[in-house]
Amino acid sequence: MGASQTHSAYKYQDLMTKTGFSLEQIKNLHYRFRQLSENNETLSRENLENIKDLADNPIKKQIVEAFFDKRNQHQNEMGSFEEIGFEQFVMVMSHFRPPTPKMTEEEKLAMRKDKLHFLFNMHDSDNDGKITLEEYRKVVEELLSMSGDIEKDTARGIADAAMLEVASTNVPNMGPDDYYEGITFEHFEQMFKEVEMESRMHVRFLDVDTRTIHCGSSTS
Amino acid sequence: MAHLLILWPMSGSISLSGPRLTGFLCVLLVVSAHASRDAVSGNNETWGSPARATQGDPHHQNSSTTHRKAFPVLSFNYDHVKTPFEISLWILLALLMKLGFHIIPRVSSIVLESCLLIVVGLLIGGIIKAIKQTAPVLDSKLFFLYLLPPIILDAGYFLPIRPFTENMGTILVFAVVGTLWNAAFIGGMMYGVCQIEGAQLGHVDLLSCLLFGAIISAVDPVAVLAVFEEIHINELLYILVFGESLLNDAVTVVLYHLFEEFSHAGIVTVGDAFLGVVCFFVVSLGGVMVGTIYGILGAFTSRFTSHTRVIEPLFVFLYSYMAYLSAEVFHLSGIMSLIACGVTMRPYVEANISHKSYTTIKYFLKMWSSVSETLIFIFLGVSTVAGPHAWNWTFVIFTVILCLVSRVLGVMGLTYIINKFRIVKLTKKDQFIVAYGGLRGAIAFSLGFLLTNNEMKNMFLTAIITVIFFTVFVQGMTIRPLVELLAVKKKEESKTSINEEIHTQFLDHLLTGIEDICGHYGHHHWKDKYDAYVKRWLIVGERSTEPQLISFYNKMEMKQAMMLVESGSAAKLPTLMSAATLQNIQQKGVPSRRAIPSISKSREEEIRKILRANLQKTRQKLYSYRRHDLVMDPFEDNVSEIRFRRQRAEMEKRMSHYLTVPANRQETPSVRKVCFEPENKVYTYDDSESPRGRAAQPSPRLPDAISLLSKSPQRPNQTSALRAKGSTELRAKAPDEQEEQDQVKLSRCFSDPGPNEEEEEDGSFLS
Repeated sequence: MGASQTHSAYKYQDLMTKTGFSLEQIKNLHYRFRQLSENNETLSRENLENIKDLADNPIKKQIVEAFFDKRNQHQNEMGSFEEIGFEQFVMVMSHFRPPTPKMTEEEKLAMRKDKLHFLFNMHDSDNDGKITLEEYRKVVEELLSMSGDIEKDTARGIADAAMLEVASTNVPNMGPDDYYEGITFEHFEQMFKEVEMESRMHVRFLDVDTRTIHCGSSTS
Repeated sequence: MAHLLILWPMSGSISLSGPRLTGFLCVLLVVSAHASRDAVSGNNETWGSPARATQGDPHHQNSSTTHRKAFPVLSFNYDHVKTPFEISLWILLALLMKLGFHIIPRVSSIVLESCLLIVVGLLIGGIIKAIKQTAPVLDSKLFFLYLLPPIILDAGYFLPIRPFTENMGTILVFAVVGTLWNAAFIGGMMYGVCQIEGAQLGHVDLLSCLLFGAIISAVDPVAVLAVFEEIHINELLYILVFGESLLNDAVTVVLYHLFEEFSHAGIVTVGDAFLGVVCFFVVSLGGVMVGTIYGILGAFTSRFTSHTRVIEPLFVFLYSYMAYLSAEVFHLSGIMSLIACGVTMRPYVEANISHKSYTTIKYFLKMWSSVSETLIFIFLGVSTVAGPHAWNWTFVIFTVILCLVSRVLGVMGLTYIINKFRIVKLTKKDQFIVAYGGLRGAIAFSLGFLLTNNEMKNMFLTAIITVIFFTVFVQGMTIRPLVELLAVKKKEESKTSINEEIHTQFLDHLLTGIEDICGHYGHHHWKDKYDAYVKRWLIVGERSTEPQLISFYNKMEMKQAMMLVESGSAAKLPTLMSAATLQNIQQKGVPSRRAIPSISKSREEEIRKILRANLQKTRQKLYSYRRHDLVMDPFEDNVSEIRFRRQRAEMEKRMSHYLTVPANRQETPSVRKVCFEPENKVYTYDDSESPRGRAAQPSPRLPDAISLLSKSPQRPNQTSALRAKGSTELRAKAPDEQEEQDQVKLSRCFSDPGPNEEEEEDGSFLS
C-alpha cells in the first residue's frame, strides 16, 4: 500500500480536476473499486454483474454496459472496453454528481447535457447517434422485464407510443411518406426540458472515510 | 314554529333565479333561526349554549286520560326528532348558501367562498341576536371531533407524496421552528405591549401571553386549503404552506398544553421546559406511529375485501377516524396521526379495492370535507356575533401587526438557512407567498374557546377572531391578485408524457443500480427494498408486481382518448392523432410493413389496452388540488367513456376503408345496449354483432381481445387475474348514438360539460 500512495496521490489530483470529485470521495471510490475488482487493477463485466444487490435490477445489463462504453469517457471514442481501470470507473461515476451551489449557469447546462448524453448512450446501443424504434423497444422491454410475464406487445405498444410522441412533438408536420429515423440527441434533450436533470440524476457520494464504519457490503 | 318550515320549502322550490333565491333563503333563514332557537335552547350538549327557553309544542299523546278523546289523526311531536332535525337544518342551510354563491357568478370570482360564508354566518348571528336568543357557538368538542377530521383526512389521503417527501426537511423546519419562533415572538412582544402603561393590560402575565402566542401562531390547514385551492399556485409552494399547516399541529398541541398547565401553576422551571421538549417528540412521533399502525391495519384489511366490495370505503373512513380518536385519547397529535394513516394506507388500499369503492371514497371525502368547511366558516361568523367580546384596541391591533411581522421575519430567516441545504432554492417571490399564505383559522379559535374562563379569555378570543378575519379576508382575498401581479409560477397542466414516465422509472432503476455499485445504501436502495418486501404483504396477489409503467401507459392512453374526444384538435395528441404515424417510424428495409395496417395495428393495440385497462392502478398520478370540484378524472367519468366509444366507432368506420386485414370488421358499429346499474356491477351488452366478440359478462370471464391481433383470451400470466377482476367492475360501454338517455342518467351523477363536436377530427385522422 505504501508504495502506491504517492502514485495514487498524483493520480487522484488528476482525477479530481477531471471529474470534480473531492479527494475523500475519490479515495472511497477507489476502495470500492478495489473491493469490486478483488484487488486487481482492472474491473471486468463479471465483477459488476456479481454484485448481489444488482440482481433485482431490470436494467442491470445496461448499467454494467455503460461502465464499459467508451463514449462515456469523454474522449470521442466509440466502442467498448473489455475491462476498465479506476479512471474510467470514476469518469462514469462523475456523471452522477449533483450540481454544486457555486456552479455558473453554463456549467450547469454543461452538466445537464453531460448527464443526458449518458442516458442517451445507454439507449443508443449501436452507436449510430440516434435511438431507433427497435432500440427503444428494447429499452422498454428491459424495463419491464422483471415484472412478471409482460407480453411483448405491451412493451412494444408502450415504446411505439413513446416514439410517436417524440416524433410528433419534434417533427409536427410529417407527411405520410416522411420517415422518422430515430430519436436524435436534440430530440432526446427536448424530452427532458421540463425535468431538472442536473438535480434529479444524482447519487450521494460519501465524503467521509467509511472504512472504519464499513457497512459490510461485499460482492461475494 | 317548526312546522312552518315544512311548508315553506315546497313553495319556494318553484323557481330558483338569483334574487328570488336569495329572498327565499333569507326568509328560510329567519324562520329556521326562529325554529332553531327553540331547538337550540332545548339542547345544551351539541351547541354548547346555556339556558333554555320554552319548549316546543307539547306532546299531544301525553294529554290526560281522564276523558276518552278521539284517536289523533294528525299529531305533532317535535321533540322526538329535534336533534337530528336541527343538525340537518343547519347543514342544509350551509349548503344552500354555498349553492347560492355559485349561482351568482360575479361574486364568486371576486370574493373568496370562505369570506362569503363568514359573512353569512355574521348575518345569521346578527339575526339570531336580534331575536334576542342565544345562538349556537362553535363548540370545541364539535369542532375537533366532528368537523375537523373530514377535512384533514381529505387533505391527507390525497396529499401529493412525492413533493411532500422531497421537501420534507423544509416543511419540518417551517412547521416546527417557524411555529416556535412565532409563538415566542408574539408571546414575548405581547407581554411587552401589556406592560405599556395606559393600555389597561397589566393583569396579563407572561405565561398567558405565551399561551396566547401559542394559540395564534399556528398556520391553519382549513384556511390555507380554502384559499389556496382557488389560486392554483405551483406545487412546491402549495406543498410548503399546506405541509407546514399540517405538521405544526404537534407543536401547537404541545405548546398549548404546556402553557396552559403552567399558567395555572404560575412558574416554569427548566425541568418543565425539558419535559416540554420531550413531550413534543412524543406527541409528534407518537401521533405518526398511531396513524401508521392504523394505516397498515387498513391496508391489510383491504386485502381481503374482494368479496364484500360494498363496505370497502367504510374501512378507510373508520380506520382513519379511529386513528384520529386514538391519538386524541393520549393527547398525541391527532392531525398527524390522521395524515400518517391516510398516507400509509393509500397505495395499498388503492391497489386492492374496486374502482367503485375508490370513487366512493373520493366523493365521500370531498363531500364531507366540503360540508365541514362550510359549517366551520358559518359557525365562525355566528360565534363572532354571539360570543362575549372584550375589545381592547391596543391588544388587538398589536396582535395583528405582530402576527404579520413575526411571520415575515420567520419565513425570511428560515429560508436563508434552508437555502443552504436545498438544491432548488426558494426565491424571494416564493418566500413572500409562503409568508403571505400563513393564514389563521378555526383551529386557533377553537383552542381559544377551550381556555378556562377568566377575564382574559374574552379579550384573547376577540383578538383571535380579529386576526382570523384579517387573514382570511384581507390576505385571502388579496393573495390572488398578488399572485398574478408577481407572476408566480402557476401549477402547470401536467401533461405527463409517456417518455417522461419511461425515463422516471429508468432513472429510478439506474440510480439504484449506481448506488449498489457504489456500495452504500442510499435512499433509492431502501425505497426499492421496501417496495419489494412490503408490497407483497399488503397488496393482493398479482397486482403487487404490476409495474407502474404499464398502468401509467394504460391510463395515459385513456386520458388521451378523452382528450381526443373532447378537444377535437389534432395538435396536442401525439399518440392517437398525430400526423406522424407509426408508419413513419417503422424500420427501413421493411417497406411492406409500412402499409396502413400497421397504423391500425398500433391504434387497435392502444384501443384494446384502453378497453382492457385495469383502471385501479392508474390513479396514482392524478393529483387533484381542487377540493370541491373534482377534476374530471377520466377514469371516473363514464360519460367520457361513452363519448370515446362513439368516437372510436367513427374511427373504425374510417379505418375500415383502408383496411385490408381480414378481420371480420363491420362498417358500422352495431347498436348495443348498455345498462348502467349503479348498484350492481353488471354491465352487459349485446355482443353478437361485435366484430371482436368482446363481452363483459357478469361472471369473471375474460373479455375477448380484438381478434385482429389474435390475442388469445386465455392469458396464463398475471394480467389475466387483473383482467378478470377488472372486467367484473369495468363498464363495458359501446358507442351508440342512441345512448342519450343513458348519458343523461350518467350526467346526473357526474357534472360534466356536454360532448364536443367531433366532426373536425375527420380530416386529420390517418393523414
